Amino acid sequence: MDARPTDLMPAAAVPARRSDFNRALYTGLAVLGLACIVAAPFAIYPVFLMKILCFALFAAAFNLLIGYVGLLSFGHAAFFGGGAYASAHALKVWGWPPELGILFGAAVGALLGLVMGFFAIRRQGIYFAMITLALAQMVFFVCLQAPFTGGEDGIQNVPRGFLLGGLIDLSVNLNLYYVVLAITAFGLFAVWRVVHSPFGAVLQAIRENEPRAISLGYRVDRYKLGAFVMSAGLAGLAGGTKALVFQLATLTDVAWQMSGEVILMTLLGGIGTLPGPVVGAALVAALEHYFATSSFPVTIITGLVFMACVLLFRRGIVGEVLHRLRRR
Amino acid sequence: MTTAPILTATGLKKEFRGFKAVNGVDLSIREGSIHALIGPNGAGKTTVFNLLTQFLKPTAGRVVYRGRDITALPPADVARLGLVRSFQISAVFPKLTALANVRVALQRKASLTTQFWRSSRVLSGLDDRARSLLADVGLESHAGSEAADLSYGRKRALEIATTLALEPDLLLLDEPMAGMAHEDIGRVSELIRTVAVGRTVLMVEHNLSVVADLCDRVTVLARGEVLAEGSYDAVSRDPRVREAYMGSEDA
Ligand SMILES: Nc1ncnc2c1ncn2[C@@H]1O[C@H](COP(=O)(O)OP(=O)(O)O)[C@@H](O)[C@H]1O
Ligand SMILES: [Mg+2]
Repeated sequence: MDARPTDLMPAAAVPARRSDFNRALYTGLAVLGLACIVAAPFAIYPVFLMKILCFALFAAAFNLLIGYVGLLSFGHAAFFGGGAYASAHALKVWGWPPELGILFGAAVGALLGLVMGFFAIRRQGIYFAMITLALAQMVFFVCLQAPFTGGEDGIQNVPRGFLLGGLIDLSVNLNLYYVVLAITAFGLFAVWRVVHSPFGAVLQAIRENEPRAISLGYRVDRYKLGAFVMSAGLAGLAGGTKALVFQLATLTDVAWQMSGEVILMTLLGGIGTLPGPVVGAALVAALEHYFATSSFPVTIITGLVFMACVLLFRRGIVGEVLHRLRRR
Repeated sequence: MTTAPILTATGLKKEFRGFKAVNGVDLSIREGSIHALIGPNGAGKTTVFNLLTQFLKPTAGRVVYRGRDITALPPADVARLGLVRSFQISAVFPKLTALANVRVALQRKASLTTQFWRSSRVLSGLDDRARSLLADVGLESHAGSEAADLSYGRKRALEIATTLALEPDLLLLDEPMAGMAHEDIGRVSELIRTVAVGRTVLMVEHNLSVVADLCDRVTVLARGEVLAEGSYDAVSRDPRVREAYMGSEDA
């Protein structure tokens, strides 16, 4: 077990260089991306961009769970839709200001996450996916039946209101765009922060070898539940923001297809990569947008794109790009 | 010889769908000793480890650690009491570096586990301690290697360093030398002797010369039951043990 003189390169040098490389890559991409993002609403319809941002945040929240804890939830629509209904209700019926309304959506998402996580977190693999799906379907039926959700119509004409006590008029799309951009940026930063924190290090250890983490004294269920609640809260934030943008919360937001869609986006973009969910969300939203007017069913198109991506790059788009760059 | 036992198990039983893998095992581990649990493959040694650490719940029986009944505790809480196990199949965090592997254990001791709002850079405060633990097991020059890339013997050494990071009172080692090259066996054997100072060790081991050399006390398990217990010399003279287990080695 002694050091071999044939070890040409000190082992520590390799990850250090790799992380330098990553940092340069991410910084470059970030600067370029930032310029595009700030200028984007002058070239592209802002509501469409805001839709992408909301779904990017939703997918990033989902990715926190599947990419960094290794849990496949099939019930994230419950948090997204729950957040959307909660925000819409707070904004329209209670007349709350938009910042509080959106926060309320995030809180309801987190609370739903706590309850669902409590029942699901001990299950493994496909059982976890099944139980989250079952619980999310219960949320769906509550939303279908409950009086405050407006049944088939949903909650319509949600007022966008004014931010900061009347200072910023959110009915102006351009204003709202920058607010949504800030919310999404905050959400993505939150995911990044959690992943690269002491808590994130424990999550990684649990994902790598759960029995070993237990034998080191980690109560792994609590860490998983913590991550689940964070993911649900951010999904609720995404749902609440979506309700503000479209001034609408409907059954589509809590339906199981929404859970499927966020899985699709995250897989397409790249599980366990920070930009992956953003890229995946943009791609799916763009596909849906451009094929929405065609007579060809859009679900078939996204399905085909999905299959092609899975066959061509198993790591997702961003995952594959990073992998190829690293190998060089 | 009069020191109180640190761990006692009484009437431990575990059935797997009617199959009695462990059938009424009584065990008493003296504080400060190195105690071996030996027996043929399938005797139930690993299952006993799982029962002692609560990774499996016994069908019947009790486990008492330092006077406290731990039979109902979750396994993570058992580890928190200072009873830490290793696994028969090497248990490292494969994609983490050797340094980060040890840090996972140090993190819990330092209560740096739930802060999700802080940068993981705070963990570098644990690096010095982690490096010195790696040095203790001869891995100082491999601190930056991914655990998956280490040789088998080094993985086991890394496991021991990670376990020691918790400063456990009682170490349970499941076949720490299985599959190791000859020169590694001597090293790890010395390592166990060193770490056992001021601690108690219970180990499953097939290499009987290691057991003879290292252990104060030996319990022989066969078909889920205790066949004999005592010093290595006494146990190895027991005709039933020779018949069940050592016949071939003793010729
Ligand atoms: N989870 C399990 N389910 C069913 N049988 C098991 C399980 N674990 C162990 N066994 C059986 O119990 C017996 C004892 O196994 P084990 O404790 O691993 O033996 P040892 O470590 O002494 O080689 C074996 O016959 C094994 O097949
Ligand atoms: Mg075994």
